[in-house]
Amino acid sequence: MKLAGRCGLLCALICLCLEATAARAETDRPHRVVSMNVCTDQLAMLIADEGQLYSVSHLASDPLSSVMAQEARAFAVNHGQAEEIFLMKPDLVMAGTYTTRATVELLRRLGFRVEEFAPASSFEAIKGDIERIGALLGREERAAELVAELDDGLARLAALAPSGKIAASYSSNSYTTGAGTLADNVMKAAGVKNMGAEQGILGGARLPLEMLIVAQPDMVVRGTSDYGRPALAQENFVHPAFRAFAEERTVNVPENYWICGAPFTLEAAYILRQAAESKP
Amino acid sequence: MNETARYRLVLLLLALAALVLFLLSLVTGPAAIGFADGMKALFSGEAAEMTLIMREIRLPRAILGLAVGATLGLSGAVLQGYLRNPLAEPGLLGVSASASLGAVLAIYTGLSAAFALALPLFALIGAVIAVVVVRAMAGSGTSTLTIILAGVAVTAFAGAMTSLALNLSPNPFAALEIVFWMLGSLTDRSMVHVWLALPFMLVGWVMLAMTGRALDALTLGADAASSLGIDMKRVRFLAIFGTAASVGAATAVTGAIGFVGLVVPHILRPLVGSVPSRLLPASALGGAIMLLSADILVRVIAPERDLKLGVLTALVGAPFFLWLVWRARRTMV
Repeated sequence: MKLAGRCGLLCALICLCLEATAARAETDRPHRVVSMNVCTDQLAMLIADEGQLYSVSHLASDPLSSVMAQEARAFAVNHGQAEEIFLMKPDLVMAGTYTTRATVELLRRLGFRVEEFAPASSFEAIKGDIERIGALLGREERAAELVAELDDGLARLAALAPSGKIAASYSSNSYTTGAGTLADNVMKAAGVKNMGAEQGILGGARLPLEMLIVAQPDMVVRGTSDYGRPALAQENFVHPAFRAFAEERTVNVPENYWICGAPFTLEAAYILRQAAESKP
Repeated sequence: MNETARYRLVLLLLALAALVLFLLSLVTGPAAIGFADGMKALFSGEAAEMTLIMREIRLPRAILGLAVGATLGLSGAVLQGYLRNPLAEPGLLGVSASASLGAVLAIYTGLSAAFALALPLFALIGAVIAVVVVRAMAGSGTSTLTIILAGVAVTAFAGAMTSLALNLSPNPFAALEIVFWMLGSLTDRSMVHVWLALPFMLVGWVMLAMTGRALDALTLGADAASSLGIDMKRVRFLAIFGTAASVGAATAVTGAIGFVGLVVPHILRPLVGSVPSRLLPASALGGAIMLLSADILVRVIAPERDLKLGVLTALVGAPFFLWLVWRARRTMV
């Protein structure tokens, strides 16, 4: 009994010492990170070390917006509300620059460290975000790995000759994307011309169905979003004129690939490239 | 010129104006298609994409503009005559708002996707409930105030329920569509909508037209009309279900569009000699003219903004409504 007790005590002491050394190396890096934006959620899941990320937003587990819905189940869920995040006692909060302004201000006043990320609209910005999160989490090596993979994929696409095909993105409520958007840069990477950008559209704009038909793009790029319940916003996809025109030209790119800029955004470029090559 | 000849002339001019506006509506749109080219594409089907635009996008829009406008003008004229109330109109009585609620329930629960007729039927049920409630509130009296107040209450309630149903939808776009259901639009409506709504509107028009003689008698008062052999139950049935069928179907595909049914009968009444049965066809044509003009204007003023029709009809209708209230103040209290 006595011996066993001593052994146990000794073990415990050794363990404590080991933990202390390990902890010292990691004290300056955050170990209870909360992300409240679906884009930082996914980058954090890709970059963070085991046990470093504590909570992701509820959208991270929604397969319509998040590519990593499966992985997100392993983390606590937050809804981007200050009170909820306060109780999680994070040592680093990551947020988007757009949606949760008031919450971010409040969290800062409560003394939390909040890092904000603007939505990435180019592959350069994606790389920048990956490196920034790598530095914040003390995971520079992992970040460099992801950036190198992304560069690899982009280089492979750039090596191909431009397809010469014109694509128009057409989403709910007849919106199309023009220059300066992530979708535009993804199309460029895929060697496809973006009809919206060619027509001088900046950002997003409504493209009347008539104008889509008149412009005669080779490909009509739409998402595969199905929200379970209908809305008028998606009626443009069942309009007889749209169906007659776009039947042969539709390319489905799951929207979660390019809602957020991340390494997996390359997938959208691959899908577009493949479609461009298969269209006559 | 005698009364009848003048009436015929008015109808002829209105019909001509409606026809011109119908054609204008066909050639108005973001894709610059000339009048001759457009008509050729519409009828010959030679130029593939132009024909697609003319037949599947612009033609249904123009047809719905005409039919929905006629519905609103006609039902406004009938309701004003039947309730003997100058402020009666489907929008103000809550009929449009309730029809919207019915349509919203049918669309956003996914029911209309499974069973297309659910859309006009639900809107019709919503409209019937509104007319019945307002009629019951008004009682046998003809007080302007009670009917309008009941209409305001029904409109507010139906509007709130519409917002609730849209907010509860799991589809993130649904909540933004409140504005469509409150103000109405003809943007990108298709032939599917025409086939869905037009039969109900036609039935409604026939029923409303059949009230003409009774409305003439009703100008003498309900008792006098009964003694003239007018079957008041039949008139009530025709007015309520005719309004519900036509306004319900119209609202189901375009959202609630206000004030057309209020303004048009008032403007045309002096022109047709204040005879209710003569006002009906004139108001139908007038409603079509007003709605087609509004729909052309939303495409000309701000083509990229997708302005709602209700904005334009309210710009004309709301000041007109205020003027009517001003004029009616003496008789109301």
